[in-house]
Amino acid sequence: MAVDKGMHVLIVDDYKTMLRILRNLLKQLGFDNIDEATDGSQALQMLRAAGTYGLVISDWNMEPMTGLQLLREVRADAKLKATPFIMVTAESKSENVIAAKEAGVSNYIVKPFNAATLKSKMVSVLGEF
Amino acid sequence: MPAGSIDADVAERLETIRREHGEMISIGRIAEIVTDLLDRLKLKQDLRLYTELEQLADYIRDIKAEIAALRPDEIQEHYLPSAADELDAIVEATENATNSILAAAEAIESVAADVDPAIADRLTEVTTSIYEACTFQDITGQRIGKVVKALKVIQGRVETLVNAFGSEIDQIRQKTDAEKAAAGPTAPSEKDLLNGPQLSGAAKSQDDIDALFSGGN
Repeated sequence: MAVDKGMHVLIVDDYKTMLRILRNLLKQLGFDNIDEATDGSQALQMLRAAGTYGLVISDWNMEPMTGLQLLREVRADAKLKATPFIMVTAESKSENVIAAKEAGVSNYIVKPFNAATLKSKMVSVLGEF
Repeated sequence: MPAGSIDADVAERLETIRREHGEMISIGRIAEIVTDLLDRLKLKQDLRLYTELEQLADYIRDIKAEIAALRPDEIQEHYLPSAADELDAIVEATENATNSILAAAEAIESVAADVDPAIADRLTEVTTSIYEACTFQDITGQRIGKVVKALKVIQGRVETLVNAFGSEIDQIRQKTDAEKAAAGPTAPSEKDLLNGPQLSGAAKSQDDIDALFSGGN
């Protein structure tokens, strides 16, 4: 099934500049419905309120709620648990990747990243677009 | 036991006993002599211990004076907070610069819709490269944040040291201040003038400088 580029994408990062970069790269890939949150708790509220996000792209190291905590909350929520979730983070130790995998992350991108990597991980999670 | 291995003090005591009592001596007297000898030995040991303790105290005093002379209070009050402020200023400056670059790239991208598709593709390619390059700011910001955290830990440890030293550091501070006051005001050397970029609160704006040149204060 073709990927619906009209899907709502939630991007989560405490660096406003990174949100701006992610938004621009996603727009170049054809995704225009993009919302932003600056930590896990704000993102969780938005996810629960809307319930219609087709993809979450989240940083890990944020306060008060981290990306990993957000991921665990999403996977524990019956309505949200199937939401594709990509972690985009500077945390690149193997124990981080293992922890994220165990928590149910869909894919993992290490910062700094390029547009090709972002696209390939999105394709692996959503399918070709 | 060979005579050479007997303590001179003990040998002298033995000689006195021989002179006073000959080779025969009562058990009670032996007990008195042994008790007296043991007391003397204990006193000698105590004296040696006191001497060592005194040397140790002198050593600790010297070390404390040397550490106090390094002015950990200055490191705590001036250098560490200043270093943290400078690092925060770096993060702010790079963030501002990155946002300016992103705004320029976004402006270029917006033009792409109005030009020939081949040119539009090239413009998009270039702006993508700019967006990718701008991710450096997130990484440098996080790295600098780690350094600032480390500086705060060091600052806390130095504060503990300064509190532990207390009066020694105050004495050195007073002495240094008095020496400066006695020397009187001096014109800053060129080295004193070279402080690099200033934090926004401490810097003169171009308008301030223009006012100085036009005869203002």
